[in-house]
Amino acid sequence: MALRQCAIYGKGGIGKSTTTQNLVAALAESGKKVMIVGCDPKADSTRLILHSKAQNSVMELAAEAGSVEDLELEDVLSVGYGGIKCVESGGPEPGVGCAGRGVITAINFLEEEGAYDDELDFVFYDVLGDVVCGGFAMPIRENKAQEIYIVCSGEMMAMYAANNIAKGIVKYANSGSVRLAGLICNSRQTDREDELIEALARMLGTQMIHFIPRANSVQHAEIRRMTVIEFDPTNKQADEYRALANKIVNNTKFVIPTPITMDELEALLMEFGIMEVEDESIIGKKASELAAA
Amino acid sequence: MSALTREETEALIQEVLEVYPEKAKKDRAKHLAVNDQSIEQSKKCITSNRKSLPGVMTIRGCAYAGSKGVVWGPIKDMIHISHGPVGCGQYSRAGRRNYYVGTTGVNTFGTMNFTSDFQEKDIVFGGDKKLAKLIGEIEQLFPLNKGISVQSECPIGLIGDDIEAVSKKAAAEFNKPVVPVRCEGFRGVSQSLGHHIANDAIRDWVLPRREGKAFEGTPYDVAVIGDYNIGGDAWSSRILLEEMGLRVVAQWSGDGTIAEMEKTPYVKVNLIHCYRSMNYIARHMEEKYSIPWMEYNFFGPTKVAESLRAIAALFDDKIKEGAERVIAKYQPLMQAVIDKYKPRLEGKRVMLYVGGLRPRHVIGAYEDLGMEVVGTGYEFGHNDDYDRTIKDMGNATLIYDDVTGFEFEEFVKRVKPDLVGSGIKEKFIFQKMGVPFRQMHSWDYSGPYHGYDGFAIFARDMDMTLNNPCWSKITAPWLKQAEPEAAKKAA
Repeated sequence: MALRQCAIYGKGGIGKSTTTQNLVAALAESGKKVMIVGCDPKADSTRLILHSKAQNSVMELAAEAGSVEDLELEDVLSVGYGGIKCVESGGPEPGVGCAGRGVITAINFLEEEGAYDDELDFVFYDVLGDVVCGGFAMPIRENKAQEIYIVCSGEMMAMYAANNIAKGIVKYANSGSVRLAGLICNSRQTDREDELIEALARMLGTQMIHFIPRANSVQHAEIRRMTVIEFDPTNKQADEYRALANKIVNNTKFVIPTPITMDELEALLMEFGIMEVEDESIIGKKASELAAA
Repeated sequence: MSALTREETEALIQEVLEVYPEKAKKDRAKHLAVNDQSIEQSKKCITSNRKSLPGVMTIRGCAYAGSKGVVWGPIKDMIHISHGPVGCGQYSRAGRRNYYVGTTGVNTFGTMNFTSDFQEKDIVFGGDKKLAKLIGEIEQLFPLNKGISVQSECPIGLIGDDIEAVSKKAAAEFNKPVVPVRCEGFRGVSQSLGHHIANDAIRDWVLPRREGKAFEGTPYDVAVIGDYNIGGDAWSSRILLEEMGLRVVAQWSGDGTIAEMEKTPYVKVNLIHCYRSMNYIARHMEEKYSIPWMEYNFFGPTKVAESLRAIAALFDDKIKEGAERVIAKYQPLMQAVIDKYKPRLEGKRVMLYVGGLRPRHVIGAYEDLGMEVVGTGYEFGHNDDYDRTIKDMGNATLIYDDVTGFEFEEFVKRVKPDLVGSGIKEKFIFQKMGVPFRQMHSWDYSGPYHGYDGFAIFARDMDMTLNNPCWSKITAPWLKQAEPEAAKKAA
């Protein structure tokens, strides 16, 4: 089987890293050879697999060694649960330097050093919430990830972010082979959440590949720096991630997304009762003015 | 070939524009004009200081070039750090021929390159710590430096390094001025914004340093501003001012020091040679310290004498007499130069394309030799430069702003000047076309050209270029083969 490279995007705090690691653990459990590349200066994309606080990142080690050319692949690659290979790109503290460049440098290093060997079945890039600059779009450029999964929920801002990410994908899809492969709904238990995300997926021209219900067992595992799959393989939630893993293995629906306008998104939210119909007469009015009226 | 008429020049511009696509044609048309001395405001006929179009082979530099290369670089007793990757510093090192007196590496640093040599990790993790370390090392290795400037290259602005904080801390630690300059190359449309940014940095970080401190002034204190001492220009200018009785307190920035800059707020008049790069600081000093400023022109004896008298007019009779004495002293020397070279250069036509002040300031020097400037233009001028140029250029001459490689070559082919004066990138193109050429940025490794002494060298250089026997020996190979047959027929 040829190597499939997938990138996980989504609004900050939506649960990308947790979802990715549980998903990858499920894939590994089923015998797949998988690698995770964390593309976030926080470097928290591999802790559940490695049972560590934060892995030594490519950029951190490069800064210590002098330059990235002084590093060897084994310096940056750690192997964790189920033989999963883990790499963190790393980057600066908040407020200094350029995290985007860190992602670019780290991914180039992995390619040059031959990290993507023939034995791998999957590479997953876990990318910082907002695609704030070109660096964070690195995983979806040519010859990198071909499949993008967007983690979202039924909350307005998560859907807004998903639509924005879809816009970014269109840009690179037209010049390369990257495709949107589906929305992963990480439930926040909002009303009719599954229907809403399915509707959004339809409008974006894609699918809701799986609906992951909210479960405390994920957090129970996480405080032990483990995935649910590893911590409690018999847990019902573990089966949800196995189901997601299975759907991704068999996924063939790769599309160039059709992002929607802000008005269309608002209409969708109103239809599902998440947003009230706008009352134009109150816009820009102070409380005192409204009281007087 | 006789001069073009207004109609012919207009037709020439139209013909050259013809090859451009519609949008480029519309844009470039605004930057090309036929001179009309009756126009008061150049904005009526020419647009300047606009972004260059991709693909037009502009000759412009960047904001870093304007700050590090032009304004700050020549201040000899400071160390100017090119903060960022190594190339900007290395390729702007010592190329401008800003002469200075001192022992390089000990108390002066003009031709050296100091850089933070950014690597990937500095981009990713920020370069502030490296900058602080670099300043510390400079203090150890070159303790006689009188201050440091941090000249930002592009990445500094992109990654948002806080060079101001590092500079303030280092300045306090070493008790020396450390000046952060935000001259990232991508800012603005040319080097011009770099001049402005550099002026602002001087305003904020240098001029206030001696405010309220004792200064033993005289009524004859002046500052020479905007002379970069290329090939010794400032020296041949300064002696004339001193000879007429003025005291030159500061020289900005060729062969200049930070102490001179700090003392400038105490002078009586600021004398501005390169208006484009230093008008900002002159205006600031006028506003804040009530120091009047005036532009002068030290190219060619006519303009030198005019300028000396205009400068003297701002002072008392002693200086006025001094000016007359200086003019009278050099007059016979200048006459001898003119007598020698004018017969060899009379009637020759020149096209210029330079930066700063030269596209207009050197016109008088050529005219002193009986030559005529038939086309001129600025790399990075603004409309106040063109306002001044209109009066100095003859009617129906060509004026071109941010000229493209194509336009310049076509204009030269059609106007057929006897000499072209521009930069190193243009030099070999025109020489290969068989057109005599002088570099008018660096004086072609010669100079000085300012002042009376400079004019003698200027005249000699123009003559030896223009009347060099090599030009009659340049014949294209295909024309050479045709020659014998033509000769046979004639026989």
